[in-house]
Amino acid sequence: MEQKELIPHLFRTEFSKITAVLAKLFGFEHIEIAEDIASDTFLLASETWGLKGLPDNPAAWLYTVAKNKARDYLRRNKLFSEKITTELQYSNTELHEIEIDLSDNNIIDSQLQMMFAICQPSIPAEAQIGLSLRILCGFGIEEIANAFLSNKETINKRLLRAKTKLREDNVKIAFPPNSEIDKRLENVLTTLYLLFNEGYYSVSQNTSVRKDLCVEAMRLCYLLTINEATNKPTVNAMMALMCFHASRFDARINADGEQVLYPDQDTSLWDVELIERGKYFLNNAATGNQLTKYHIEAGIAWWHTHHEDSTEKWESILQLYNRLLTIEYSPMAALNRTYALAKANGKPAAIAEAEKLKLEDSHLYYSLLGFLYTELDNKKAIRHLKTALKLAKSETNKATIEKTIQKINS
Amino acid sequence: MKDFLFVYRNDYKNQPTGSPEELQAVTKRWMDWVGGIAAQNKLSSPGNRLTSDGKVVRPNNVVTDGPYTEIKELIGGYSIVKVETMEEAVELAKGCPVFEFGGNVEVREINPM
Repeated sequence: MEQKELIPHLFRTEFSKITAVLAKLFGFEHIEIAEDIASDTFLLASETWGLKGLPDNPAAWLYTVAKNKARDYLRRNKLFSEKITTELQYSNTELHEIEIDLSDNNIIDSQLQMMFAICQPSIPAEAQIGLSLRILCGFGIEEIANAFLSNKETINKRLLRAKTKLREDNVKIAFPPNSEIDKRLENVLTTLYLLFNEGYYSVSQNTSVRKDLCVEAMRLCYLLTINEATNKPTVNAMMALMCFHASRFDARINADGEQVLYPDQDTSLWDVELIERGKYFLNNAATGNQLTKYHIEAGIAWWHTHHEDSTEKWESILQLYNRLLTIEYSPMAALNRTYALAKANGKPAAIAEAEKLKLEDSHLYYSLLGFLYTELDNKKAIRHLKTALKLAKSETNKATIEKTIQKINS
Repeated sequence: MKDFLFVYRNDYKNQPTGSPEELQAVTKRWMDWVGGIAAQNKLSSPGNRLTSDGKVVRPNNVVTDGPYTEIKELIGGYSIVKVETMEEAVELAKGCPVFEFGGNVEVREINPM
């Protein structure tokens, strides 16, 4: 029993490490060979361990097998190995001397470099997230399909297309030069943010898959903070933002898997430790002279960790949303700003602003109007909520809206 | 989408000079107003405020101090909004806090070079 749980866990973490190190050695153009060797290693592991039981140090066992398989591969494929050895300028070296470095340092470096290789705006965002999940997080194709509510074929095609594109663009698994690091980090952070949001706001009902996505986004972001070149204020702001959001993960879903809205959450379920971690990263983010949207969002998220419904809290959140929107518009920020406006300036003022937003294809827009009219004009509130119900796609959202309607009616 | 410039003009004498709380309340009115335009995805640039002192450079290197405190309609700041028509831009300008201090908003379409 214990073994059955251990293997998928090991598979994820160790698969991603082995793949990153081998792909770094072979070059991005041969990433599939790296993936195949890593997969073969785990196939052998599950066969062997099933018969003989777990080795004392499963990770070390995996590394030895992966190294041997990599060397075997190079031996069997003379042409390939000649190409690789030439590229590595090892042409005079014997094959067995090619070092496959599975030390912690090289693993982290390889994963970070892989992150930069994958997070390229030349491929669609969903492909970047898919590739990150596969290569950097060791997710199986089926797990990725589950997370995206898609099927294996679609995901496979999406990842293949993305890899082909990256190969065509001659993408290297390497750290960007210092002069480019900020710009390239922006791409990486965008992808990590989307990965996190995919888990946090996902349409998928499966809570454990969703939590996994958030945890992985945080793990990858954490890797960026422990590397000197990438430990930038923006990265820390992103890390803080994720910690603050994730602190409410357990409070926002009840025992029946239903969504619990922010004002209805049991604050004793908020994860105090994660909030503290978030504050630590927010402190680190407050250096340098750049105020990015992630800083502002981290500030908003920090205020949301306050239990009391004070005027100061909502006024601060409102002003942060005002700033955020002047940096970058998003419908989500516009809706959240209007909610904060209602809390800070009162519902009538917020209604006037909400009606100008005209986000008429979003169920969230009508849910917000429903909230704003509640108690002021319950008939109107219910009419808006019924429109929201028609527009909502996921069962979770529909259930939440229905509950709100019931509450007003009773 | 076209860009329109909002030029905020005000009588310098009507500038709020009250307590820090009052000044903060005025700032909030402006922040909320600009935030409201941004929330409609109609803000091109929040622009800036201008300080009240300045110089005017005229032909033949004649430089004068702007006697701006005397001027009824001093330019206090500007923003750029993006909408389809002049009518929409005018509609947006209607909620501007500058009116509370006897000021006005000049709306001009930007004609890119």
